[in-house]
Amino acid sequence: MNLIDQKFADLKKTGQTALIPFLTVGDPDLDTTVELIVQVEAAGADILELGVPYSDPLADGPVIQRASERALASSVTIGTCLDVAQKARARGVRMPFVLFTYFNPVLQVGLETFFKKLGENGISGIIIPDLPIEESSEVAKLAQKAGIHLVPLVAPTSNERISRILANARGFIYCVSSLGVTGERSSFHEGVEQFIEQVKSQSSLPVAIGFGISSREQVERFSAICDGVVVGSAIVRKIEETIPLLQDSEQREQGLLQIREFVAQLKD
Amino acid sequence: MTQLPDKNGRFGDFGGRYVPETLMNALIELEEAYNQYSQEPDFQEEINYLLKQYSGRETPLFYAERLTEHLGGAKIYLKREDLNHTGAHKINNAIGQGILAKRMGKRKVIAETGAGQHGVATATVAALLGLECKVFMGEEDMKRQQLNVFRMKLLGAEVVPVLSGTRTLKDACNETLRYWVSNVHDTFYILGSATGPHPYPLMVRNFQRIIGDETRRQILEQEGRLPDLVVAAVGGGSNAIGMFYPFIEDTSVKLLGVEAAGHGVDTEYHAATMTKGTKGVFQGSMSYLLQDAFGQVLPAHSISAGLDYPGIGPEHSYLKDIERARYAPITDQEALDALQLLSKTEGIIPALESAHAVAQVVKEAPLLPSDHIIVICLSGRGDKDVESIMGYLGGAES
Repeated sequence: MNLIDQKFADLKKTGQTALIPFLTVGDPDLDTTVELIVQVEAAGADILELGVPYSDPLADGPVIQRASERALASSVTIGTCLDVAQKARARGVRMPFVLFTYFNPVLQVGLETFFKKLGENGISGIIIPDLPIEESSEVAKLAQKAGIHLVPLVAPTSNERISRILANARGFIYCVSSLGVTGERSSFHEGVEQFIEQVKSQSSLPVAIGFGISSREQVERFSAICDGVVVGSAIVRKIEETIPLLQDSEQREQGLLQIREFVAQLKD
Repeated sequence: MTQLPDKNGRFGDFGGRYVPETLMNALIELEEAYNQYSQEPDFQEEINYLLKQYSGRETPLFYAERLTEHLGGAKIYLKREDLNHTGAHKINNAIGQGILAKRMGKRKVIAETGAGQHGVATATVAALLGLECKVFMGEEDMKRQQLNVFRMKLLGAEVVPVLSGTRTLKDACNETLRYWVSNVHDTFYILGSATGPHPYPLMVRNFQRIIGDETRRQILEQEGRLPDLVVAAVGGGSNAIGMFYPFIEDTSVKLLGVEAAGHGVDTEYHAATMTKGTKGVFQGSMSYLLQDAFGQVLPAHSISAGLDYPGIGPEHSYLKDIERARYAPITDQEALDALQLLSKTEGIIPALESAHAVAQVVKEAPLLPSDHIIVICLSGRGDKDVESIMGYLGGAES
């Protein structure tokens, strides 16, 4: 059984909502990312999104753009991102990993090789934000064959596309909270609750929400109606603020602790 | 062949629509609106009226006699897109998309710009049609092209500095798309090149094909036959595809795109997407692309800001793969030399972009017989570049 399915099944038994943090791999460096994954799990994360840094992150706001730039400055590739996943496993991390990557880096690895590598490195799901259903049939086929869930994004503007998107969805459905790019925000798309209800009524898969969710209050608000809540930019910003500590050998532990506490307070 | 792109926006393997789901409905709405309005006669009439009475079309097809004599080979004609209002072919597309925006009821338009030509064209059309206009421009380019920044402001547009990534055209495109995602309900994105997700490559080509349509008619009038070779500079490739498209089925007409080789295609500083690029997905479509082995997009370089772009329109990639068009690289220096040559032989200072096309003809015309006919798309005038050219030439007469 795919780890994502297992996780949502387990959470359902106890009526919990999955906390799904996002980290940009290699920000500020690969070793720290491995350490951060360990801390984030200890803080209560249920599933982790591992962001592959990309030169042209169209769907991302300034916080994740800056994280990508930092990671790319130290030559992080999609391959080293997979190494990080494996190293985290070796450190005893059990939660499912979902790789968040733009399409071009995947394409350059070669689709067949890529999905083979995902399986070998303990990745359970993949989100490709610039691959709409019209372009995804081959990827979806290879993902399914490899037992990897291709998690689709659904937007408040998807309207009649929703049923087509959900028809081939696997793992969970990622609802985009509002129009725009990733990044913290204080308000969400008008009618976001109805949007989520609309998605839930059309699929039996778990429904997660993301884009802009940054505080405990927001996590609580959406936990009431969703099966999972993704927190990305807020954590990446916290890491950015903590870089001076993380890169100082004497203060590193303190920096890691601060991030762990930040993630922990998002959850009950 | 003229039936491409297909309904998925594909030119063979190239094109498509690789964008976040948040943009899909906007693109579908745009495609439907374009398909609908482009069938309505008064839509094309309105565009034609402005192209004629506002932009000054048709533009002349000029026999460059002294350049021809100087090179001592094929006869060379210049399609004078530089004589358009705002000084380049960019206005053809900005008028088309501006009118489409208005018909769709969008009162706000946004655009990306590199050198500022498309930004100026969009700001111009926005002023003409009474639309609110924001132009996204890399901070680096804003420094390099201060006059165009001021022009856009004079025209009533807001110029938004882009501070992400390379702070040039590539990132201005990203930022415009990001802004559009948040404002799709009331904002129309006037994309400046034959790039991006479907339906932009189709739409931009169709708004630019007037270049080739006029050229075809004019050369038949003047020479009684079609040219042997048609040459145009390619960055994203909008003037080139506009020039090439009406000739695609005329197999006797060779098509030649000229890209920027910067310091040379074997250095790190070039924008030679066709010579050095590989297939990839960038800014919404599959095409050739300058990228590293891991799929990260590489920064481009060219003396010409309009060619300083690591991607290229998908239809060009298709024309290259089916060998209908050929693409050649020209260095910064070769372009500068050609710019001076054209200035002195014909009294026409071309834009640095267009000078690349001239430079390739300087290489090829002498090798062709005198009864051969070459048409160069002179996509823009050099006024915008005079200051930077002065910098390169040290102000010296050479």
